[in-house]
Amino acid sequence: MSALIIIAAITVVALGLGMRARQGHDMNLEQWSVGGRSFGTAFVFLLMAGEIYTTFTFLGGSGFAYGKGAPVYYILAYATLAYIISYWMLPPIWRYAKSHRLMSQPHFFSRKYSSPALGVLVAVVDVAALVPYLVLQFKGLGIIVATASYGAIASTTAIWIGAVVVTAYVIVSGVRGCAWNSALKDVMILAIALFLGIYLPIHHYGGLGEMFRQIDAAKPGFLTFPPRGQGIIWFQSTVLLTALGFFMWPHTFASSYTAKNDRIFRRNAMLLPLYQLILLFVFFCGFAAVLKVPGLTGGNIDLSLFKLSLMTFDPWFIGVIGAAGVLTALVPGSMILTTASTLVANDIYRGVLSRNADDAKVARIARFLVPVIALVAVGFTLNGGETIVALLLMGYNFVTQLFPALVCSLAARNRVTKQGAFCGIVAGVAVVALTTLMHVSIGQLMPFLPDALKDVNIGFLALAVNVVVLAIVSAITQPRAGEAPTRAGAH
Amino acid sequence: MSLRLLAALPFIGILLGVPFVNRTEPLVLGMPLVLAWIVLWVVLTAAIMGVVYLFDPANRQPDAVDTEVQP
Repeated sequence: MSALIIIAAITVVALGLGMRARQGHDMNLEQWSVGGRSFGTAFVFLLMAGEIYTTFTFLGGSGFAYGKGAPVYYILAYATLAYIISYWMLPPIWRYAKSHRLMSQPHFFSRKYSSPALGVLVAVVDVAALVPYLVLQFKGLGIIVATASYGAIASTTAIWIGAVVVTAYVIVSGVRGCAWNSALKDVMILAIALFLGIYLPIHHYGGLGEMFRQIDAAKPGFLTFPPRGQGIIWFQSTVLLTALGFFMWPHTFASSYTAKNDRIFRRNAMLLPLYQLILLFVFFCGFAAVLKVPGLTGGNIDLSLFKLSLMTFDPWFIGVIGAAGVLTALVPGSMILTTASTLVANDIYRGVLSRNADDAKVARIARFLVPVIALVAVGFTLNGGETIVALLLMGYNFVTQLFPALVCSLAARNRVTKQGAFCGIVAGVAVVALTTLMHVSIGQLMPFLPDALKDVNIGFLALAVNVVVLAIVSAITQPRAGEAPTRAGAH
Repeated sequence: MSLRLLAALPFIGILLGVPFVNRTEPLVLGMPLVLAWIVLWVVLTAAIMGVVYLFDPANRQPDAVDTEVQP
């Protein structure tokens, strides 16, 4: 009962904080979707860090460590490399977005390449990637509440309550609500992860080193990359691929628009790597569960952190962990919801149906879409089954396909044409969709390759096809010398 | 340009270094060697980006230039 009260209390606080965030601001489209481009280092930092601490990392990070062992290390590596890239990539994106008053990621593409069609394509790819991501947050929320309330609240009920709370404060405050709740969430998750990651190994094993020694003795090879499957080649290719895709998620991309100036990104590039070391302590929780709650398989590996906590702590503390877990679902969920609604309203509605709609109308439609998208996600969550994880992995590979066209558009002289960008993205996305749905790996597609290369992440193939198509189509469609090329790019 | 070379180090350390340290023993700070190696590079990355920030001329312009609204 005490656990339930704590979880309920934090949900109410999140709702209140999210609602209150609009105070003193006239919520026009620019305020709602990108916070009036007025956020300082701290808020931009929290929005970008919010991307790392989702239910996927809280439950999935510990579950991955529990179920797979060493491959979980990749989570720590890819974001670090992504932040290095962000130092040079985000400032020009931000400057362009600011001078053209952009609201979303597809908006960026359609302006850079002077092609509304490209904007619509990017918006469609984005929404296809975002909805499974939102579903995953809701699913995690259900698991957390059902477990932490000792079954008193069914996960279905929890999902509905969570969806209503998020919808309410996103409609009212947009991205400002997300920012305030990010602050609350990060303080809680920071404290909990640190505490659990230090306490659990000491309590159950007598220390960190002793824990790893015992795991190594019981399961030799569990703590290093295996020779096949998710081995070193898999690690290298996945880290590189996800590092490139990291800022291509539309909600992360758009959260860069909220910054007050471009120096914020450079400062954050040095702070964010340290901040995500907290993930290390999440891994420790998962590893601690390996020998103490053995036997979880399949989707249940994600419960390892909670199962171990249940046998270690009093109910009230389970409530605190559950409350932190609820926030890791609500906050990213609200960011995804804000972004997805802005995308559909600004880029699909304004891009296709009504070119001349003004900002006020688009803002109204975006707000109207919030509950619609939330309902779609709840529907998938309750009926989706296990396929959703496959969809999420597909989503990550989807957004990564935007990377080549984006990077080229930042060059001083962009030789890529809108046709090239369009065809490249279509080709890449098609390869991702086909290979994911047919469950093929590089090894199956190209059996002639040396063994070592067979475990390369399949996303690389898609990216390679994307780049080749982009280059060929751009070469064919180069504007002739006589015509003045309608090059995009302000700076 | 040399700043970018410096920033390439973590890519080399993490992506190319891992095959050489893919071992559990010796434990470093209680962690398996390969994990400790990745953690070391995360910390070094923060340090390297700190150096890059300090020496990047883009950060020496006064704030006024940064926040100027482009037409």
